[in-house]
Amino acid sequence: MLFERFDPLRGERLQILGEDGRVLGSDLEPALSADELRRIYTLMVLTRVADQKALKLQRQGRFGTFASSLGHEACQVGAAFGIRPDDWVFPYFRDMGLYLTIGFPLASYFHYWMGNEAGLVSPAGLNLFPLAITVAAQIPQAAGAGMAANYLKKKLAVLATFGDGATSEGDFHEGLNFAGVFKTPNVFVCYNNQWAISTPRSRQTASATMAQKASAYGFPGLLVDGNDVLAVYAAVREGLERARTGQGPSLIEAYTYRMGHHTTSDDAARYRDGAEVKVWEARDPLIRFRVYMKGKGVWDEAYEKSVAEKTAADVEAAVVEAEARPSAAPEEIFASTYKDMPPGLAAQLADLRDRLKEDGR
Amino acid sequence: MMLTMVQAINQALFQEMEHDPRVVLLGEDVGLDGGVFRATDGLFQKFGGERVMDTPLAESGIIGAAIGMTALGLRPVAEIQFMGFIYPAFNQILSHAARLRNRTRGRFPVPLVIRTPYGAGVRALEHHSESTEALFCQIPGLTVVVPSAPAEAKGLLLAAIRADDPVLFLEPSRLYRAEKEEVPEPSAELPLRKARIVREGRDLTIVAWGAMIPAAMKAAEAAAGGGVSAEIVDLRTLSPFDEDAVLASVGKTGRALIVHEAPRNCGLGAELAAVIAEKALLSLEAPVLRITGPDITVPLGKSEDYYYVGFEQIARGIRRLMEF
Repeated sequence: MLFERFDPLRGERLQILGEDGRVLGSDLEPALSADELRRIYTLMVLTRVADQKALKLQRQGRFGTFASSLGHEACQVGAAFGIRPDDWVFPYFRDMGLYLTIGFPLASYFHYWMGNEAGLVSPAGLNLFPLAITVAAQIPQAAGAGMAANYLKKKLAVLATFGDGATSEGDFHEGLNFAGVFKTPNVFVCYNNQWAISTPRSRQTASATMAQKASAYGFPGLLVDGNDVLAVYAAVREGLERARTGQGPSLIEAYTYRMGHHTTSDDAARYRDGAEVKVWEARDPLIRFRVYMKGKGVWDEAYEKSVAEKTAADVEAAVVEAEARPSAAPEEIFASTYKDMPPGLAAQLADLRDRLKEDGR
Repeated sequence: MMLTMVQAINQALFQEMEHDPRVVLLGEDVGLDGGVFRATDGLFQKFGGERVMDTPLAESGIIGAAIGMTALGLRPVAEIQFMGFIYPAFNQILSHAARLRNRTRGRFPVPLVIRTPYGAGVRALEHHSESTEALFCQIPGLTVVVPSAPAEAKGLLLAAIRADDPVLFLEPSRLYRAEKEEVPEPSAELPLRKARIVREGRDLTIVAWGAMIPAAMKAAEAAAGGGVSAEIVDLRTLSPFDEDAVLASVGKTGRALIVHEAPRNCGLGAELAAVIAEKALLSLEAPVLRITGPDITVPLGKSEDYYYVGFEQIARGIRRLMEF
């Protein structure tokens, strides 16, 4: 019972893998098969490769402004790996690893960031709400989904993710407060990456941890090493299980670091010390997990090569697919405003059509 | 059955909850207390606390939670206790409820109704009298509805709950108990986006909604004594509004008097006047005239008359238009 064992108010933090990849407490080690370990690793590598590709495409003008997930691979993949098909997920704008882990097509994710809302459309059967751009709004929404699950007597969990900046928003408080009051099946995961654009973690809260805020809402919080994918997975899995079995919500703070700029429009050198970034480079979640896998005998150079080749090919294929998708037609956008297009809007669409025609488009 | 507007709203909620298990209510004091205006009276006792949910005092939380409920297929009716308290939820309404259909190309429509009492004329506390419907009429994807009578309120609320898009349902608190009228049980829904001709006339068109309708009726009756025949168009759905009905009436009468309780600057009257100017200019015998609240903060009770649009102002507007 990790939530009972690690109390953030006593400064306790869950870590399963040390920074050198050694297992710190074998009783905490989740029982994952070799196949599952390889899936986790592949998803983390895919997230990193896709992220690097996205940054390159942005520089080439083929991508819009993009929020890099560099350094968050363990948080995102670990948070999502225990999600089951009945569960619901309310993510935010820095969540590529989560999207990929629950089976969202990379081509669609790219398509969205290339500048088309259609990329946000979840495949049928995937219980994924579109990522929130406005900070923290997804938190009360996720609580409401949990209230709906209670009303419908469905045994499922609702995961919401957000950054450290979100904990300062009113919606964080309102959402967690609703969750506590209605004992919803929520797991709230805060990727505390120390920076909200240029605002450091110390300016978000005077609390020693984000995790301890849970106690004010009447449910448990847990601080985990966010660069330790096993710790994030084990913590979130326990939160999901609590949720599905009627034990109510939980908050997990995954302590990590934003290795990149806030977005491609940001320059982090303006406000933070490069030495700090260096410290965190040494804590790379991929390297740590690779050492662990090697110790388990499920990683070698040949395997690494195959993962690199496979993920690179998958990313290239996703770029080709995303770029081949047609741009949104005006009809698609106008018709998605209301279920039935009002006559006044139909007239505006006709005007736009005329203008495009005059422009030879 | 003879009902007040607040009773008619209560009946609409009751009828729809009996009919559709996906309909749930949430808000502050909507449960045991039945709402501060009693709009949800008896529903907690009938349908239980799992379905009629007293929430924490948090408007953004209420609307955010309601949005999340729609993802799992529910059709929540959220009550905001007074329109003056809706603004903490503005982000959830504008950036989420109204745009999720577009953000997901229809995968996640938001069949949510937000009910809230609004408007002046009841000598209420600060923040309990504003009419800020125009702020919401500018939001693509949101439907804004205002009823003007009990049977109207019931039929329109039924339609709002059954609609697959978010609806802001503004209930003029001045009309909650102003009159009783026959309300059928069960009722049929009334169409959204369709205006209603409340009174037929030949000489001028009054376009109004909500609490301005009874005032406009009184002014029209008074004008009839002087030989002026006024037509009254109750807009009912403010956004997207029934352009055809407005233009047809103005085309017939040749004069347009737009009446709203809300302040003038960038009010819905400006949009109505622009549409009439763009599409019916050659039908006009006189410039379009607006009778509205002034651009001030609604004064407290003792000075409310400086702000509130009464039938005398509307009657004066009718005379001005006819004398042009």
